[in-house]
Order: sequence, then C-alpha cells, then structure tokens
Amino acid sequence: MPPNVEFRKVGYAINGRPLVENISFVIESGETVVFLGRSGSGKTTTLKLINRLLEPTSGEVFVEGKKTTEWDAIRLRRRIGYVIQDVGLFPHFTVHRNVGLVPSLESWPPAKIDSRVHDMLSLVGLEPSRFAGRLPRELSGGQRQRVGVARALAADPSILLLDEPFGALDPVTRSEIQKEFRGLQKSLGKTMVFVTHDVREAFILGDRIGLIKDGNLIALVAVKDFHNLNHPEARAFVESYA
Amino acid sequence: MEVAQLTLEHLVLVGLSILIAAGIGLPLGVLMTRKPGLSGPILTFANAVQTIPSLALFGFLIPLPFIGGIGARTAIVALVLYSLLPIIRNTFTGISGVDPAIREAGRGMGMTDLQLLWSVEIPLALSVIFAGLRVATVLCVGIATIAAAVGAGGLGMFIFRGVSMVDSRLILAGAIPAAALALVADFGLGAIEKRFSKLLSLLMIVAGLSSCSHPDRIVVGSKNFTEQVILGEMIAQQIERKTHLQVDRKLNLGGTIVCHEALTAGQIDTYVEYTGTGLTAILKEPPTKDSNVAYQTVKDAYQSRFGVEWTEPLGFNNTFAIIVRKSDAEQFGLKTISDAAPRTSNWVAGFGYEFIEREDGYPGLVKTYNLRFPSEPRVMELGLTYKAVAGHQVDLIAGNSTDGLIGALRLVVLEDDKHYFPPYDAVPLVREAVIAKHPEIREALRALGGKVSEEQMRLMNYAVDGEHKDVKQVVKEFLDKL
Repeated sequence: MPPNVEFRKVGYAINGRPLVENISFVIESGETVVFLGRSGSGKTTTLKLINRLLEPTSGEVFVEGKKTTEWDAIRLRRRIGYVIQDVGLFPHFTVHRNVGLVPSLESWPPAKIDSRVHDMLSLVGLEPSRFAGRLPRELSGGQRQRVGVARALAADPSILLLDEPFGALDPVTRSEIQKEFRGLQKSLGKTMVFVTHDVREAFILGDRIGLIKDGNLIALVAVKDFHNLNHPEARAFVESYA
Repeated sequence: MEVAQLTLEHLVLVGLSILIAAGIGLPLGVLMTRKPGLSGPILTFANAVQTIPSLALFGFLIPLPFIGGIGARTAIVALVLYSLLPIIRNTFTGISGVDPAIREAGRGMGMTDLQLLWSVEIPLALSVIFAGLRVATVLCVGIATIAAAVGAGGLGMFIFRGVSMVDSRLILAGAIPAAALALVADFGLGAIEKRFSKLLSLLMIVAGLSSCSHPDRIVVGSKNFTEQVILGEMIAQQIERKTHLQVDRKLNLGGTIVCHEALTAGQIDTYVEYTGTGLTAILKEPPTKDSNVAYQTVKDAYQSRFGVEWTEPLGFNNTFAIIVRKSDAEQFGLKTISDAAPRTSNWVAGFGYEFIEREDGYPGLVKTYNLRFPSEPRVMELGLTYKAVAGHQVDLIAGNSTDGLIGALRLVVLEDDKHYFPPYDAVPLVREAVIAKHPEIREALRALGGKVSEEQMRLMNYAVDGEHKDVKQVVKEFLDKL
C-alpha cells in the first residue's frame, strides 16, 4: 500500500518568491502529522499543495501513490476533507445543508445524505434535532468548528486536512474540543494533516510533528523526540510551551 | 385612455430594456470576477456610455443599420446601454465582496467553479446585485421619456408635446406617471434623487436667472435652438454696437413658454419671437394667412396684455416647410406640395410633435392638399426628422424653412402653392418698461428691420450647425456687412 501523502523535493513560488522550498516527507495511512510553525512560515501552503488548491512549481506531490497534477482536481478534493480556520461555513445554508454539501455534490440519494448528516453531527457532539435546521450565525464559535469538522468528514474521506481549525476559539473551549478530537482520531483511523502555531496542540494531537521555518521543513519527528531537537526554532517552541 | 396606453408603452420599453441589460450585464459582471484584467476596460466602457447625453445617444443611433433607425428598437438599444453600468458594477462588487474563506472552503471541498458561482457566490451577492437592478430600473424609467424623440412612444410623448405646445397639463400628464413608475420601481432607494436631477437643474436655472438680473444691464434671451441662439446673439451685439448699454446673454433658455414667462416676469428684457407663434401659442388665436394681420394682431395684444412691444420684423419668415429628398424631387419632377400629393400613397411621413398637434399643422395640411399617406406619420423630435428623411427612413417631413440642414443634407423645400402655412415672421420683442428707460434700444433694433432674408438665415444656421462655426463670429460677420 503506497503512503497516503508524499512530497518529493517540493517547492512553491509566487513571482519568483519561494513560499516553500525543497520539502520532502512521507505520511503513512492512518497517522496524524502536525506541521508546526510561526505565521507565514509556509505551513498553510504545504497543506494546499496536498488537495491541489496549489500546484508545486518544482518537485512532485503524491496522494495515494498518484501525482496531484495527474488527479482530476475536483475528484481529488472530494476525497480529502478540508477544515480551515475561518471554517468557511456557507452562511445561507443550514447546518444540514453545510454538512451534506459534498455528499450532495456527489449525488448521494437524499435519504442517505440525511442519515449521514445525522451521524456526523452526533459524532462531533451536536444533537442533530437541535442543530440541523440552524444557520451558522445561530451557532457559537465552538459549535461552528464542530460543524466544520462534521462537514469535512461527511463524504468519508481517507485524508483530512485541518488548517488551524481551533485557532479562533477561547482556551477552555479549545482544550475541550482538542480532547474530543483526539478521541475521534482514534476511532476514525484517518490520515490527518494538521497545521498549527500552537505547540501544545501539536503535542496533544500529533503522532509526528513537522517543524517548518521560512518555507523549509527543519525536522519531522515523533512527538516524544521533539524535545530533543537541537534546532533553535524547536527550542523556541518548546520554551514557549514551558 | 391615452395615459394608460402610453404608460403601458413606457413599461414595455423599460421592462424589455432591463431584461436585455440584465442578460448582458449579469454575465459580464460575473466574467469580470473570473478575469480581473477585463474589469477595467468593461467598467470604463459602461461609464463612458453613461456620460453621453441621452438625446445625443439617440441621435448617434438613428443612422446605424440594424440597431438604429426610428422607433422602439433604437430606444431599447440606448436604454440597455444606460442600464448596463449599475448592473455590471453591482454584480462585480457583490461577487467580489463574498468572504474569501467561504470561497476557499467551497473550492477545497471540491466544488466546481460553476457550482461555487450558482450555489454560493450569487446567492450571497444577491442583495447587492438586486440593488444594481433597481438603480438601473429607476434610471431607465427616467431616460425612457426621451425615447419619444425617436418615435418609440411612452410617457415622453406627453412631455415633448406639452413642451412644444406650451401646455403644462400635457407635460404633467407625462411627468407624473413617469415619476410614479420610478417610485414604484425603486421604493425606498436613494436613486430617486437621480430621477429628479433634471428638475433640480431647471430650478437652478430659474434661481440663477432671478439673481442675475441687474437694473442697468439689458438681458437678452432666446429659445433653445440654433436659429434662436443666433438671433439672440444678433440682438445682443447690435445693442452693444449701437448703444452704451451692457448686455447679459441668457440664451438657450427653453421653449416658447419659458421665454415668454421670463420676459413677462422681467427676468429677460428682449428675445426674438415669431408672429405665428405669438398668435397661436401665446394668444391662443386662430392662425391667419396674412402676415400683416398677424403682426398687427400680436403687436396690439402684447402691448395691452403684457406690456411688451413687437419691434420691426427682421425680414424672414420661418414657417413650416414641407421637405423631401432632392433626388426624389428631381426623379419625379416635384416643385410644389400639390405635385407631391399623388406620390404620398407610397410614402412614410415623419413629423415633430408640434406639427402633429397644431391646428395649422398636419391635420389641415392633409385636407388642403389631399395627401394620402398609407400609415400614420412617424412622430419624433424635430431635429431628428432631417436625419430620418436623409437616411430614407421616412420620405417627407415638415421642417423649418430656414433650417441650415436643408441644403447640407441634399433636401429641398416644396413650395406651399396653396398658401396653407401661416406666416411666422421673426420680430424682436422688448419690454416697454425697458424701452421707456432706454429708447435707444428701439432705434438699435429698428436698424435690423428687414435686413435678414430667409436665405441669409439658412446660411447662418448652417454655418453654426453644419460647419460648427462660433455663433458670435457668424453674427459679427453678418453685422459687419450691414
């Protein structure tokens, strides 16, 4: 079985200015990799290269053994769940329609969509009968994030991309939702690529942590080995945690 | 009822135009969000179109093949062009204003561009897009009144007719339903302001007039067409040459009623009027065939009723003239209206509003010469009839005998062999109060008496209209030769 996601010497530049450079890594099926880095380090760019929202200007990105540029972009994106920091729920769609979006794009029969939406909302801890009919503006920030995760999982993708999904939440809610998410990871067994600038979150959620600075992947190590990294950027993150 | 009929025509014009404009503008606005490089050129074009005065735009369109000509089609083309800007702009800004995170999420989940557009971007931009349509509709209701100028009908018919006939009830009959339409179409939007911008500018002219009248200056007025502006300038220069008085020029004021009201209210001191116009439009007397009788009648009546003196006639008669193409006249050997009468069963006539309505216009003409047009005449703005006949859209028009375009567009005047048209001798009018204070004005104007022939007037009109010469210079050259 080929690795789920693989980068081979990947670079991405806009107008000759590199955002990421010469990045190579392999993510195996079912593991969670957290990319940790400061704002503007290139971690979101790395994520968008996976679902072909961006195409590499050098090197190659493989998803399930196939180059992203050889995938049909629409097909590829529907196989990959995607959660972004601002959630991006459609404000004119109910929670039900938001969560059922990709299944309906994939022309699932309505009854199947209904039961799937019901399951997903239950999974993220939202009572379907109370929340399915609401509009996003009638939800709290934490509830919106849960809907965002439910939406990303709805079409049962094998890969989930999460771009600082809990960044805008208050610390208490964030801590709760992180714990729940950890439980969800174990039960779902999906490949997850998570981006954050919060080293605490990286420790809680990651199997491995990839440290990104100025567009370069400095290290990709198991969580327990992160403390032992000798790079100043790694030490800076560890110190901010302590 | 005619009001209902014309309101319906107006609605159809506006409705069709907005539909077509939306059909063009909405996709263009969407295209601009997809190809940002196009937004500059497209918006510049739509902006530029909106700055063209509407009557001028109609004028440009008439000679064009397919989209031009006389009638509703031309009007709709112009209205569509005017409606495009708000529709395009609001579609573009509405869609551009959608939260990038939402667009990003949609793309990231695998929505195609079309799915993103239909189920996310357009629904979220809908209120802004609708605001654009509402602005366009209000604009369109207003501008459509000018469509009557190219024979497209609508409420503008009342307005044009009312202005020409000096009948404010007719003007109101067009203006009130049009305003009501605009209000209904745009309930609660600030664009009402635009609808009334013309009224506002008129109020400003009136305000400017009343504030500008100065006791020791002579204020010269004129109506709003070329010959009148030339004659106003002529009076002004003559007074400047022959007296020591200062002259203020208030030329291009408006129609007969505007000048008459301004004169009797003391806002202007003098302007040139035509005997036939004074007789029928102001005094509401029946027309007469005898120019001496006409002159004496208006002179006496104006003196007793308005305190206004008709001075010496300038020498030319600007009456209605039946005009055809020179090529037709030569081919069929036409010299008089009687010669042309048998041919009219194959012809289309085009007339201005005034001519259709006036007792001494179309109805009497048909009877006197036994004309047999197979269809109703096309009704349009007077200035456009010349282009229409030259462009073969109509075959016979009623113009003015002194119009400079007659020679320039290779047209000829058919002789009024049965003396149907009443005399319209041009005469400077002066308020008696001004003459009492400055009798030298009367002497200055008397020196112009009988000095301007029809041919000379036609040449001066053409020098200004056709050769784009400066009015002041044309008048100066004329007065130098006296």
